[in-house]
Order: sequence, then C-alpha cells, then structure tokens
Amino acid sequence: MIEKYLRQSPLAHMGLGARSGDDTAKAEVRLAERPFFGFVNLRGPGADPAFLGAFKAASGYALPTEAGTSGGGGNTTALWLGPKEWAILDTRGDPDAGPRMADELRTALADFRVAVTDVSESRACIRISGPKARATLQKGCPLDLHPQAFRPGHCAHTRLAKATALIHLNGNDSAPEEAIFDVYTVRSFGEYVWLWLEDAGREYGVTARLS
Amino acid sequence: MLVIPCPHCGPRCEIEFSYGGQAHIARPQDPAAADDATWADYVFMRDNTKGVFLERWVHSHGCRQWFNVARHTVTYEILASYETGAAPPNLDLESQA
Repeated sequence: MIEKYLRQSPLAHMGLGARSGDDTAKAEVRLAERPFFGFVNLRGPGADPAFLGAFKAASGYALPTEAGTSGGGGNTTALWLGPKEWAILDTRGDPDAGPRMADELRTALADFRVAVTDVSESRACIRISGPKARATLQKGCPLDLHPQAFRPGHCAHTRLAKATALIHLNGNDSAPEEAIFDVYTVRSFGEYVWLWLEDAGREYGVTARLS
Repeated sequence: MLVIPCPHCGPRCEIEFSYGGQAHIARPQDPAAADDATWADYVFMRDNTKGVFLERWVHSHGCRQWFNVARHTVTYEILASYETGAAPPNLDLESQA
C-alpha cells in the first residue's frame, strides 16, 4: 500500500480547483474527479449458486448476474463486468477502502476459486453530470446512452474516445436530467479523458469541481 | 461499422472487439507424434472462405470474453454468435455462399 503522505489522486497535478472559474450557473456539463475510492476486481464462478450465495451472505446484497447491471447495499456497489467478473466499489472517499474490501472478500470467498485484486490505485474516476452529460459522453462512446436504453444502475465497459472506460450511471429514474455518470479509466488515461470531456462539453458550457 | 452480438453483452459496436481468426482449429491430439506437416497445417494454414466463415472474436473493451461468430465474408452479414466451446449453429452454408 502506498504511504498516505505520498498519495495523490490521479488528476491532482491538473489543478482542477483552478479550472472551476467558468460560469457555473450556465454550464450544462459538470465535471469532477472522485479522488479516493475502493475498486476491487472480483473474478469467480458466476454460474455457481454457492459462490453467489457466499457473496450475498458476506455483503448483504446479490452480485449482479445480468449483463450491464449493478447492485449494491451498505457501503459497496457491485458492477457487472463479464460473466465471471465484477467490480466492487466503495466510493465514500476512504483511501483505505480497497485493501480492506479485498481482505474481507478473500476471507468470505476462501472456499471458492476466485481472484480478488485491489486495483483502486490504478483507476481514475471522473464524475460527469448535468443536463448535457449524456450528449457529451455520446460524442465518444459507441454505446446507446439514450435514457430509455441506458438506465440508472446500468454500467458498461466500453470505449470513450480513444480510451477504455467503465461507465456507471447513478441517480434515479424520476429525474433523468440529473443523470450522474461515473467514468472509470486506467489511471494513466485519466488526464486524457478529462481533457477530452472538457473539450467535448465545451459547446454546452463546462464547469469543474474538485469532487 | 459492424454491430457484433456478444453472447454475454448483447449487440455492441465493432470497435469494442478484436479479431481472432478462424474458429474451430483443433490442436493435434498427440502433439509428440505430430510431424512437421501436421504442425504447419495447424499453426499456419487457414481457410479463405467466400461465404459464411466461422471466426473468433474477443470483446476486448467489454466483457473480455472470447466467442465465435458466423459471418458472411462477402456481405459482412453476421448470422450467429455463440460461446467458445459450443458447437456451431446449424446454418445452411451452401445456400449462403
């Protein structure tokens, strides 16, 4: 684990606080880095009811088994990445969430053939929200992001501009204009994706917030 | 731009996938006994089909799973996709050619 005094978020060097001077009231795209989160990659036998049951007993909610969906409860959320792969997220901003979640999952799933990997430090997370968030993302993403196709709770591993990204839609059905997307990319793509989103959203007005 | 039906994720855009060549190439059953000609055939020789071709794809920017696709090499129509290890679907290959 990285020493805390050395730890910086992936976009710390960009001085995002200094970019937030745009006309916040008119901006229709809001960007923010979510700096510290837990991101654990879980691979396991997705078709084994005993494995799914053990996860549910330990976490209090069921692993999503339907493509492109997520589930959650308590402090964590599970995103479907593939038939045998999930991302387990803790986005409360706790820098120690990753190692702790990984330890808990390894203990709970010790009886199964699983791989539990803490990849928190290797990911950057950009939150994009506002009325034009969908339109901005759609410029660089081949996925159908229409509100009827990509609904709250849905997630997809896909492409965004020239990067690979995991896109997760938060929020709720009643207020589609309040769509809040969390975009996870590999840490080294974080700056590129941020700059791309800033450019793509420029016509709608972009405001940056620290978190 | 092709829309490829991933057996796990559903229809997705071609740029999320990578190509893996011809499907159903069987490794020699007894590798130690196979001669050079058998190895050369296994490693290098591929069909150059005009018509329906069974080929491998990997959803590299999505669920990262390999699977097989039946694609018409002239029209680019994708007739079926199925999981690796499954038998190819029963397609009327002659009439498609």
